[in-house]
Amino acid sequence: MSDASEMTLEQREATIGGIGCARRRKEDVRFIQGKGNYVDDVKLPGQVFGDFVRSPHAHARIKSIDTEKALAVPGVLAVLTANDLKPLNLHWMPTLAGDSQAVLADEKVHFQNQEVAFVIGEDRYAVSDGVQAVEIDYEDLPVLVDPKQALAKDAPVLREDAAAKDDVGQGPRKHPNHIFNWDVGDKGATDKAFAGAAVTVKEDVLYQRVHPCPLEPCGCVASMDKITGELTVYGTFQAPHVVRTIVSLIAGLPEHKIRVIAPDIGGGFGNKVGAYPGYVCSVVGTIVLGRPVKWVENRIDNISTTAFARDYHMTGELAADEDGRITGLRVYVLADHGAFNAHAQPTKWPAGLFSIVTGSYDIPAAHVSVDGVYTNKAPGGVAYRCSFRVTEASYLIERMIDVLAQKVGLDKAEIRARNFIKPEQFPYTSCLGWDYDSGDYPRALAKVLDAVDYKGLREEQAEKRERGELMGIGIATFTEIVGAGPSRNCDILGIGMFDSCEIRVHPTGSAIARLGTKSQGQGHETTYAQIIATELGLPSDDIAVEEGDTDTAPYGLGTYGSRSTPVAGAAAAHAARKIRAKAQKIAAHMLEVAEGDLEWEIDRFKVKGLPEKVATMKQIAFAAYQSLPEGMEPGLEAVNYYDPPNFTYPFGAYLCVVDVDRLTGEVKVRRFYALDDCGTRINPMIIEGQVHGGLTEAFAIAMGQELIFDETGNIQGASLMDYFVPTAVETPVWETGHTVTPSPHHPIGAKGVGESPNVGGVSAFSNAVVDAFAHLDVTHMPMPHTPWRVWKQCEALGIGE
Amino acid sequence: MIPGTFEYHRPGSLDEAVTLLTKFGDEGRMIAGGHSLVPMMKLRLAVPEHLIDLGHVESLQGIEITGQSIEIGAMTTQHDLIASDSLVETCPLLREAALTIADPQVRYRGTIGGNVANGDPGNDMPAVMQSLGASYVLHGPSGTRQVAARAFYEAAYFTAREDDEILTAINIPVPAPGHGFAYEKLKRKVGDYAIAAAAVVLTMDGGTCDSAAIALTNVGDTPIHAEAMGESLVGTAVDDGAIAKAVAAAKAAASPAADLRGPRDYRAHAAGVMAGRAIKRALARVKT
Repeated sequence: MSDASEMTLEQREATIGGIGCARRRKEDVRFIQGKGNYVDDVKLPGQVFGDFVRSPHAHARIKSIDTEKALAVPGVLAVLTANDLKPLNLHWMPTLAGDSQAVLADEKVHFQNQEVAFVIGEDRYAVSDGVQAVEIDYEDLPVLVDPKQALAKDAPVLREDAAAKDDVGQGPRKHPNHIFNWDVGDKGATDKAFAGAAVTVKEDVLYQRVHPCPLEPCGCVASMDKITGELTVYGTFQAPHVVRTIVSLIAGLPEHKIRVIAPDIGGGFGNKVGAYPGYVCSVVGTIVLGRPVKWVENRIDNISTTAFARDYHMTGELAADEDGRITGLRVYVLADHGAFNAHAQPTKWPAGLFSIVTGSYDIPAAHVSVDGVYTNKAPGGVAYRCSFRVTEASYLIERMIDVLAQKVGLDKAEIRARNFIKPEQFPYTSCLGWDYDSGDYPRALAKVLDAVDYKGLREEQAEKRERGELMGIGIATFTEIVGAGPSRNCDILGIGMFDSCEIRVHPTGSAIARLGTKSQGQGHETTYAQIIATELGLPSDDIAVEEGDTDTAPYGLGTYGSRSTPVAGAAAAHAARKIRAKAQKIAAHMLEVAEGDLEWEIDRFKVKGLPEKVATMKQIAFAAYQSLPEGMEPGLEAVNYYDPPNFTYPFGAYLCVVDVDRLTGEVKVRRFYALDDCGTRINPMIIEGQVHGGLTEAFAIAMGQELIFDETGNIQGASLMDYFVPTAVETPVWETGHTVTPSPHHPIGAKGVGESPNVGGVSAFSNAVVDAFAHLDVTHMPMPHTPWRVWKQCEALGIGE
Repeated sequence: MIPGTFEYHRPGSLDEAVTLLTKFGDEGRMIAGGHSLVPMMKLRLAVPEHLIDLGHVESLQGIEITGQSIEIGAMTTQHDLIASDSLVETCPLLREAALTIADPQVRYRGTIGGNVANGDPGNDMPAVMQSLGASYVLHGPSGTRQVAARAFYEAAYFTAREDDEILTAINIPVPAPGHGFAYEKLKRKVGDYAIAAAAVVLTMDGGTCDSAAIALTNVGDTPIHAEAMGESLVGTAVDDGAIAKAVAAAKAAASPAADLRGPRDYRAHAAGVMAGRAIKRALARVKT
């Protein structure tokens, strides 16, 4: 039995194409040919279209809605309003955060472009005409835009529906516009650290409201089969199984009668985690009409109404000794959640994993307090390409450590090295309670400083400053916390945040794997196959990966928060190992030896001491359907539900060099070096692609993205005309590097990487911009660092002319 | 993002186009490349009942360079301008400016006539045409007339063109051989309108500036051609002092609105910076 015995070990490894191999992305064959199948490509027989009538006002009472003219538009089939949904109890829906959100505005609108009525018609043209023909009479109410005014005594009460409630899902509240307070850490110890500190610094740091703005906006096609009573919903869902459960709970349909399918998704970045009124209205529409209903947002809808990210108004304080060693961290956050608390965090975490705010540093005492408030803005608060609120946390600590460095006169690399959690401290428990699994921060930073000739850059900067030129060097040494998460502390609506994989090996030695996650461009079809290939000894090219269909895939919590590799990737490894264990029994039977006499080598079991006696996985697969040991079940498949014992903690060291044009305020990124440590590297090419994409989004956020509202709550610039999505022309050149510090608790040591570059990148850009002005005693500049803002700083310093 | 109902017309000749335009009056709109009008229609901010597509009027196409004059048909696309080597040879400013407009896809469709006729202060070509001393050919029921680009723009979207006139061509006097030119545009990203932009055309006689024209984009209701800007250079060696005067004049002439590109003071300041940089680059390009 030696079908490939003439191959060398290296050749056999290469044939497998497993972990560590930079194979091309399997999914790109269809994507680059324009043959992906996205929601808007779904066309069902008899399909009709729906779209919203949206509120032009940010806060107003609805006095009347007249749908008569709209219903008279040729091709318009139905117009739904809150009153139509009331008998079904679907005019409001629960949010992932325990609050309620209006599906269609019920008596009041709470933000501009809020959904007020849903028009369904034969085609998009009829629907558009119908939307225009709906007549709504509004009475303006005072608008609350600034979260700092939300808790004022005389602030307008936004949520009359919730005004009398002591709790809107996340604990006690102290004002009708207050959502929750989240308090963590040791206040006493922190106060003490500050009282006795040689040095303290304090800075107000706003992480502005931004939008993930995936290339494909949100949408769905809902189709009710009135004969069987089965509902199928195709949609842009990062978490299809959760959507099925939510639909079942909201619509009161039995879960087995609901099939949720997430086809190809054109980017999610957190925007496609939650449930939106469009989904509910499409479902109601198909139930009412008995025809499939398609709803797909346009760009303005997407930016102005579906989930935003950040909007954290933070105050950071550090206490330190005279050598810059941090002794205490104090953080207050005012979190603007918009009109409904619909952020997507594990349910028990109103500020997500924000308490990772001590970052990569060994800080003995910390205290964090977060207040969430309502304003007249769209709901959301999702993690935009980051784990839950981790970018906000990382941005704050990475900014504050720079502020501290400037105060004590220490180099910004040196102050980090001085405060790092040391390699020998791992596993490390932070003062805010996180168990960091592994890390080697000094090595990562040293490698970056070396790669860019940090000393040379600082010398160049000093010379430029002499000449009045502005050059900045920004460093970020961040730690992520991803892979949510252990079910003991992470759940969504009571469902533990495990994930799953089911593998079936076919008789000829190819296989299919189905997982509970959902790729939105991450390349799951490629990387999962590589994990399984290494574990099973079958070529990754012969392993099909399927996700997104709740009828076929095992239950999982979906893809966000860099959880796919840490959680579902682990499930894949474990399921494969179950199969290998059975394969070993079959091999022993085939080779007529005891199981313990076998050893595994790449793609086969060998009899110890008799290297020519082998059973390859391919041979074993066939035997599994034909010649089994007595009493063994036929077949070769396994399923694993993986509840991670801990989060994983990827980290990185980033360095950014900028030149600032003090006359125009333009910031040119001259160099960006990103070193990531995501533990075991599954596909280096995909990692590099993830890092490039994440850095580009971080660049966009730091340099231009912002959702702006005027004083009456009108959203400004909610299209790609203004909202900054960089093209290849604006995007800097990225240099990447890596170290490998495997996660000790993950079956293959992998940690997840998709979001690290966004987390670390934003701080590196922002720190670089501020560093350009550090010699002029500037300690902080608000993001985004648009030309006009940077010029205003120059002007204030008298160097803008 | 679905336009209202409209009827589509595609005249084959200029006269047919004028007839349709006269017939439909306020209810008709000409469409050239459509890159301003179609987005407005998709948002239903513009709801024309009749769309008159000029794409099949042959006489509106083409670039002709004769002796002292360049004539560019209104339906010539930005891409055509960029691709015309003879145009680049005689008037290189046009390619430089066209390359700052939007992106290649837009430039394949967007036309020079639409760009100058629409009256959008964000459009780049109007200031360029003012700096070149161009004039526009307007054809209406009562015949043909020419209006100088410097006199054409009245307010945002209001121009000297009558409702029943079609802007058919642009006439540009061939700039002096060896002239200096530059279009400096500060923008947030590819495809954006200018935060501020400046077009400069100048000629030098020996070490002295013979003529200079400067016009600004998107820092007012209309493109701004301020005589004072150019005049501060004429007769000088275009040294730092003269440039500073021109820059000051540009800043003074600019009256931008605050928008997401920045507050008024920043955008006016940026107009000055762009003017200064354009002058320097134009000067460096002068061939004697």
